[in-house]
Amino acid sequence: MIWSRSTFLSPSHRDRLLVWTLRGAAGIAGLILLFIVAFLILEALPALRTLGLIRFVTDPSWHPGEEFYLMLPMMWGTLFATLGAVVLATPLGLLSALFCRWYAPKPIARTYRRFIELLGGIPSVVYGFWGLVVLVPMISRLHPPGPSLLAGIVILTIMILPTIALLADASLAKVPQEYIRGAAALGLGRWAIIRGVVIPAAKSGLFTGVILGTGRAIGETMAVLMVCGNVVQTPQSLFDPIRTLTANIALEMAYALGDHRSALFVSGLVLVGMILTLVSSAEWISRGRIYG
Amino acid sequence: MSPVTLQILTLTGLILVGAGCQESPTTHHSKRKLVITGSSTVAPLMAEIGKRFEILQSGVRIDVQTGGSSRGIADARQGLADIGMTSRALTSDETDLHGTAIARDGIGVIIHTSNVVSALDDGQIADIYTGRITNWNAVGGADALIVVVNKAEGRATLELFLKYLNLINTEIQAHVIIGDNEQGIKTVAGNPNAIAYVSIGTAEYDARREAPIKLLPLGNVPATLETLRTGTFPLTRPLTLVTKTPPSGLIKTFIDFARSPDVHDLVTQHFFVPISS
Amino acid sequence: MASSRMLDSDHLSAIAVWTAACLVGGFFLWLLSDIVWHGVAEISWEFLTTAPLNAGRDGGIGPILVSTALILLVCMVVALPIGLGTAILLAEFTTDESLFGRLIRRSLDVLAGVPSIIFGLFGNAFFSVTLGLGFSILSGGLTLACMVLPILIRSTEEGFRAVPTDYRLSAAALGLSRFTTLTHLLLPAAIPGLLVGFILSIGRAIAETAALIFTSGYVDRMPESLLDSGRALSIHIFDLSMNVPGGDARAYASALVLISLLFAITTLSAWIADQWLHRRIIPV
Repeated sequence: MIWSRSTFLSPSHRDRLLVWTLRGAAGIAGLILLFIVAFLILEALPALRTLGLIRFVTDPSWHPGEEFYLMLPMMWGTLFATLGAVVLATPLGLLSALFCRWYAPKPIARTYRRFIELLGGIPSVVYGFWGLVVLVPMISRLHPPGPSLLAGIVILTIMILPTIALLADASLAKVPQEYIRGAAALGLGRWAIIRGVVIPAAKSGLFTGVILGTGRAIGETMAVLMVCGNVVQTPQSLFDPIRTLTANIALEMAYALGDHRSALFVSGLVLVGMILTLVSSAEWISRGRIYG
Repeated sequence: MSPVTLQILTLTGLILVGAGCQESPTTHHSKRKLVITGSSTVAPLMAEIGKRFEILQSGVRIDVQTGGSSRGIADARQGLADIGMTSRALTSDETDLHGTAIARDGIGVIIHTSNVVSALDDGQIADIYTGRITNWNAVGGADALIVVVNKAEGRATLELFLKYLNLINTEIQAHVIIGDNEQGIKTVAGNPNAIAYVSIGTAEYDARREAPIKLLPLGNVPATLETLRTGTFPLTRPLTLVTKTPPSGLIKTFIDFARSPDVHDLVTQHFFVPISS
Repeated sequence: MASSRMLDSDHLSAIAVWTAACLVGGFFLWLLSDIVWHGVAEISWEFLTTAPLNAGRDGGIGPILVSTALILLVCMVVALPIGLGTAILLAEFTTDESLFGRLIRRSLDVLAGVPSIIFGLFGNAFFSVTLGLGFSILSGGLTLACMVLPILIRSTEEGFRAVPTDYRLSAAALGLSRFTTLTHLLLPAAIPGLLVGFILSIGRAIAETAALIFTSGYVDRMPESLLDSGRALSIHIFDLSMNVPGGDARAYASALVLISLLFAITTLSAWIADQWLHRRIIPV
């Protein structure tokens, strides 16, 4: 045993080396996050110092040329677009995953899973382009002007669907066979098994999928830039054009100098704050019920 | 080593070898490099000019990057780039830099081809953009709400348009705000009631390729490359190359090349007007 | 017992599931046929191997494909070890209640939501300027690696979580070291989770635009080393559709090539994962 090929270190030494290597890897990942947040804060500091936080919610409008930095309508825009997309994509994603695992014949399930994987790799630019030349004219015929919150929600739903669906699919696959057989032995119907046994057992993966999907939706830039209209206003209806914080950064970063540029980084921090709040509240709501 | 690991390593190796072997025999480190950053309007043209320059002058590499006009200015100032590209003239804040125009572009108003309106005077355009006129029938068109398309703040196109109409951005009431010219064109192409202003070169190119848009005359001057060339069109902007110091050496050679008649065909291919010397 | 009424919950759920599947599948086919119809005319061997001319409106995308492949390679070579290591640490060596574990997981979820343009600016400031890499494929690949880490780590962690505890207990009972348990038992069993993470990450990386504009750049020449600037396929599509007038047809064709590339990568990785699964001690 001691002289066998794969053991030139004693097991305990090997394990210790393993743990330290793993800690190193996690350390690098943690460092990256730290660097990014530090970068954001450093770049945002000038605006925070000269403008303070209150002006971002009290200024009359967002017109940096005139030194107005009202961020509130864009925060609403981001929030509504993200929540709308998550509300639509979660059931669709879950149902798609159930389709793959439980309802579809094997060849169709394999093709369908392939479709979803490919959907996840289509660049946001292509979705934006499609949205601009197909979706927006469709909506404009329903209710002008066309580029709107609705267009943004639809595009974001399509974009985060693969994340949710694939992770849900993977976690549904891992539900132990004994659970299912036991439930069937008890005489439960298919839907009852799914609702009562499979989904609760796969909760953790589903949850991860939804969280990652939300992150993707909040951070999406290119596609919403092309279909949402980019008008800085709090939306009163689904057909109002909106501007998300990400689209704002993308539109103006290239041309912003000084305080304006710094204010854009402040909006980046606001985005990080938003996702932190969303994730924390989701975790708090489900405390103990997911990982417990 | 397991067969799978072997396969992965072979594949990786093949890709890297393939990538490395594709180049010409000229040695890599003997090439001088020029880094040009800035406006994405100018970047495609600059990339083509750069490629032609590389063929004529071997041993030189021209790397063109995008990032926006302001980035071009900032990079030129800080020395992160040898040359900056801007789609406008230098402002009074930028007198520490040196600018050379290499082409001219115009800004024209576009509407959908199905829109019966054939001309708008400056006052009407200003009224449409400030929200005083909201329906096409007030200017001779159909009974439909006007969808006003404006450009995002900071863009050179926006600044020039506002200056021409004597407005400030806070007065504009827009329904859609766009970033790039193509986005504006596609928005108008998809909405019969939209109005926008974009680079004339871009609009003319797309209109010739069957995009359902048409350019309106500005101040009674038709918006065509001809009027740009003769200088009669009222709203023009120079595409400018910016350097920190007056150009010298390789930079001067390149900038002179970019202004020379040798690249006039490239400039017209991109639907800009060459600077006639 | 399944009831004999027509609209009991089993039937309703089946209807819902099939409707959702048809909606999503139908949409995908619609989008794909749109791209194919507009772009397939431009696809040819010359298109795939020659360099772009006339701002991409003529010529091909050869150098761009090579740059994209190199960027993806750098991204995955960096992200996989770090991602795998962190995931194993989170799944196997931390408890659910530990502060460290919760902190890292929370941070990763937050990182997953940072907009791509911020990653681009960070990558530019850190990799291109501070580390001096300039506009380069290396810079772009490293930035992408930062972007895909959260997805990779979280899905791999889920993969490990799904492995039954029995495996670990039996291994401990047999006196196997944790290292051996990991490499011979758990890793093969967690491959499906790792595969999903890999596919999601590659999908995200190949589709990324904003992060690469400031890091790997715009130059469409054939890259000679990892320190050269190289245009990625997604940036080429963006330039052709949004910046260069008349580039629409080529943009569609490039999008088609990108989707095919992704298809090839996912098929290949699924096949490799399958090979790996055959090394399991416990068959499934």
